[in-house]
Amino acid sequence: MKDEKIATREAYSKTLIKLGKKHQNIVSLEADLGGSTQSAKFGAEFPDRYFNMGIAEQDMFSAAAGMATCGKIPFVSTFAMFAAGRPYDQVRNSICYPRLNVKICASHAGITAEENGPTHQMIEDFSLMRTLPNMTVCSTADFTSTAWLVEEILKIDGPVYFRISKIPIPLIYDENQKFEIGKGIQFGDGRDATVIATGVMLAEALQAKEILEKKGIDIRVIDIHTIKPIDRKIIIKAAKETKKLITIEDHNIIGGLGSAVCEVVSEEYPTKVVRMGINDQFGKSGNMRALMEYFHLTAKDIAKTVREIL
Amino acid sequence: MESLTKLKQMARTIRCDIITTIYNTGSGHPGGSLSVTDILTVLYFNQMNIDPKNPNKKDRDRFVLSKGHASPALYSTLARRGYFPIEELAKFRKINGLEGHPDMRETPGVDMSTGSLGQGISAAGGMAMAGKLDNLPYRVYTVIGDGEAQEGQVWEAAMTAGHHKLDNLCVIVDYNKIQSDGFVRKIKTLDPLGAKFRAFGFAVITIDGNDIAEIIKALNKAKATKGKPTAIIANTIKGKGVSYMENEKGWHGVAPNAEQYDQAMKELGCHKKGRK
Repeated sequence: MKDEKIATREAYSKTLIKLGKKHQNIVSLEADLGGSTQSAKFGAEFPDRYFNMGIAEQDMFSAAAGMATCGKIPFVSTFAMFAAGRPYDQVRNSICYPRLNVKICASHAGITAEENGPTHQMIEDFSLMRTLPNMTVCSTADFTSTAWLVEEILKIDGPVYFRISKIPIPLIYDENQKFEIGKGIQFGDGRDATVIATGVMLAEALQAKEILEKKGIDIRVIDIHTIKPIDRKIIIKAAKETKKLITIEDHNIIGGLGSAVCEVVSEEYPTKVVRMGINDQFGKSGNMRALMEYFHLTAKDIAKTVREIL
Repeated sequence: MESLTKLKQMARTIRCDIITTIYNTGSGHPGGSLSVTDILTVLYFNQMNIDPKNPNKKDRDRFVLSKGHASPALYSTLARRGYFPIEELAKFRKINGLEGHPDMRETPGVDMSTGSLGQGISAAGGMAMAGKLDNLPYRVYTVIGDGEAQEGQVWEAAMTAGHHKLDNLCVIVDYNKIQSDGFVRKIKTLDPLGAKFRAFGFAVITIDGNDIAEIIKALNKAKATKGKPTAIIANTIKGKGVSYMENEKGWHGVAPNAEQYDQAMKELGCHKKGRK
């Protein structure tokens, strides 16, 4: 992990512009948050292919579906709250049911919405989106993986939901890292316990690994950048080799990564799983660091949890 | 097909198919299917640039049945237009047959999956925007229900269509005055409906939506209108053609029994092949 920090929304706009030059059928739709999600940068480059739909998310998602039936590849961006929450029915019935090629870019997800508080902190989106048939759900952890993802999902002829972050987060991967949809990435071969993380929480998990190493505890960390389809193999291997699993996510502990991991191990190799995340409550206003401390999502909290279950 | 007589005959045939389909399955929405029949007949047999042999042709005109529960009317029209065999109608609402609401992945000729009200008009708007972007001459038609116009999304879509001056989009309101629970004006009135669409930037034409000649005239006018979308307020009769269903609020989503089926077929003047 490097000291350099960069928000993954930068990767979104940069990659989308690159793709827009190559693929004339890519269009971008936004609901008056183009400055925040940075889709406006695509709009500046390709004004004809950028549609600011105003504050009307229901119309935006169904209209994107209509465009997709005509061969367009719509990238629809807004805050996660207004991408997975408000237009849930539209995402379900207009996009997922007919398996239309719409990419949903959800920014300001989880507590990264920071000072905007609980009304804007979407902590149920993994849960809502991964139960939709035909949907692929992704949550990348840094600039490099996000840039890869935005390009990679063009290969999927169907709906994809993915989170991007507004806050600068550490650069974890170098340019040579290989990624694959549905394949987790393992850090180390630790046998004492496994911490399975996604999105902005991966950096904390990797820090926890360093903290624990100094105390002679060797954990492995897994980056689950694809929540659905989830990498069953890497999870079962970790369950067999380390016997103890901890999941950490910027999401309600109900229905998200923790639940998905529990579903996998309970079917194939029953293993104790401790789910870290937001414990079935709404968020709070505050900056990211303060919120992570409040909800016990820091590297120190992870390290403490590991020691408790050893 | 050109002559009014032939179009009227086709509308009658489609009504017979609707009644038979719903009767055979024992469920479905007859009232709103019978009210929209003349509109669908004109669209598919007189107006739209389509080719049933090539249902996904890029420059075809599109149709979105935003009031997806009128699927018996759409399926019967598509079958009669040659998209699939008439016999398929017998599989309406049955496993591996025709879905209760239109499914674009399952049924040839269906341009958009619909069912959850308010979404089809937005999808139609998206198709119209894509057409403008690609400089293709196709037109997009959508039929919404009157009860459906209570959905906020309808007005989001109307605002989009007005703002983008989507003159390739035509929204037809099947204004049959009755929704599932009763009369629209008692539950939540839409009036003044034409003024609402006008305020959102539409050209508005009000017609008798069960009069084939008026429907043709209105659609031709919509086609000639440039710089704004058109809304056709089609005043229709729910259950049109079957006396005991007409303007009766009990026939939104109920199938006729054997006796009622016989009467309906007789009144419509259908060539009956005998019921099951």
